[in-house]
Amino acid sequence: MKVLVPVKRVVDYNVRVRARSDGSGVDLANLKMSMNPFDEIAMEAAVRLKEAGQVSEVVAVSIGTDACQDVLRTALAFGADRAVLVQTPEAALEPVVISRILKAIVDEEAPRLVLMGKQAIDDDCNQTAQMLAARLGWGQGTFACRLALADGEARVSREVDGGTRTVALPLPAVVSTDLRLNEPRYLKLPNIMKAKKKPLDIKPLESLGVNTSTGIRCLGVSEPPARKPGVRVESVEDLLHRLKHDAQVI
Amino acid sequence: MTVLVVAEHDHKILSDAGRRAVAAATALGGDVRVLVAGHHCGAVAEAAARLRGVTQVLLCDDPLYAHQLAEPLAVLIAALAADHQAVVAAATSHGKDVMPRVAGLLDVGQVSDITAIESPTVFQRPIYAGNVMARVCCEEPIRVLTIRTTAFAPAPEDGQAEITAIAAGPDPGLSRFVEDAMTRSERPELGAARVVISGGRGVGSAEGFELLEAVADELGAAIGASRAAVDAGFVPNDYQVGQTGKIVAPELYIAVGISGAIQHWAGMKDSKVVVAINKDEECPMVQTADYALVGDLFEILPSLRDGLRQMKA
Repeated sequence: MKVLVPVKRVVDYNVRVRARSDGSGVDLANLKMSMNPFDEIAMEAAVRLKEAGQVSEVVAVSIGTDACQDVLRTALAFGADRAVLVQTPEAALEPVVISRILKAIVDEEAPRLVLMGKQAIDDDCNQTAQMLAARLGWGQGTFACRLALADGEARVSREVDGGTRTVALPLPAVVSTDLRLNEPRYLKLPNIMKAKKKPLDIKPLESLGVNTSTGIRCLGVSEPPARKPGVRVESVEDLLHRLKHDAQVI
Repeated sequence: MTVLVVAEHDHKILSDAGRRAVAAATALGGDVRVLVAGHHCGAVAEAAARLRGVTQVLLCDDPLYAHQLAEPLAVLIAALAADHQAVVAAATSHGKDVMPRVAGLLDVGQVSDITAIESPTVFQRPIYAGNVMARVCCEEPIRVLTIRTTAFAPAPEDGQAEITAIAAGPDPGLSRFVEDAMTRSERPELGAARVVISGGRGVGSAEGFELLEAVADELGAAIGASRAAVDAGFVPNDYQVGQTGKIVAPELYIAVGISGAIQHWAGMKDSKVVVAINKDEECPMVQTADYALVGDLFEILPSLRDGLRQMKA
């Protein structure tokens, strides 16, 4: 059985981004880029399923400019068997467009399971997995913290407000990963070297015949209002006094 | 314009988040209809009918919606959406699960986690863990929107709308409920609490969180946690405050032993007053909090509890 893992190239989670002063967008020049951390968790889950003998092939796919080849090489170093880059002129596409493109890739590749991060840490949308599942007419297991495959089903425990909810999804299905599904492995040098020789196909976006129009556009960005500077208090008594009399919150 | 709000509930009580979604829908202008889909959920429909601005409640009472599974719900909502210009829900784990599936069925883009409504088509939302705010224009034929609950006050209860029963949609048979493992707590709900006290790695253990509990008891506070504390197993996962956990904006947020990574700030930065208790005076939480007390939390928390008791006495 084949698993498809879509991965996104985003600003590294340790980097603090800033809005451009003219508000036209986010300043991404010379920032460290990495695989979206939630997609690393999906990648790790897929590779573990393969190592357990439950999955025969893991295919990674990324959508974006040529620069996305680096995250695909990372996916291959994790243990993906091959990678596909859907090459687009612009880096940022709306999730609804990404879900159309992924649908076309799923139609070609025919995986039984799509495993992907629940959200990208740049646009924080948390949409693509659910949109893809809807398009495919497949079940969805969002925000997974446990995943098991048995008897043609995926059993997914989901992190929800208030606790954990477990659902069973007949395959094929889409599963989106939350932080506690696993801890992604450290990539070892031999695996990074081996990844350089694994197949990476490049498909121009036009070749998929996907509609890329959307009614959503960004009008501009800004820095959030800054908090006013705080004060250092010296004792519990001091703190309680200020909370009661200055801030008036207790 | 007619707006459809997807109410979130536990079949008995309309959630605070659902009331906030109604308030946001009202801000869009036009008629506001509320969909209550569940099983034995008549009381929820009655509560929704009392919310200001609601013109009609659509009650879909059927065992198919007993577990609020996204697949049948999205089919029902997408079918109703055809008669509406916008569909709104709160950006809770439920709204985040269901709404993009609705957008996928309708083949339209979605605007997630809206914090301000400038016009019926222009919205503000945080990106990059709230380090940047984006203004987004949505001109889809049906606008699918989720709202950040901390940005909208709950709709007041002074309305009187009619309740109309509607038939259940089809069962796509794509998922099956297995079980729930919910955290039981007598405390206020984290997302709606007036005071939140959160612990991080510095709290050190599940036992360490008992010190926070003692302070929370005095304040009537909810308990939260950083990712590090949840990953270490000190507390359950639904305590997590942050970019991908719960978003809170209480009047008072007390961060204990939390260094203040940007991912944590993203979940609590709209709190009115932030207090940091930490032994590391260089950490971002101490640097950014409104009030910072540098010291050993294991000494500070018991004396904080005692001080609060004395104030009450």
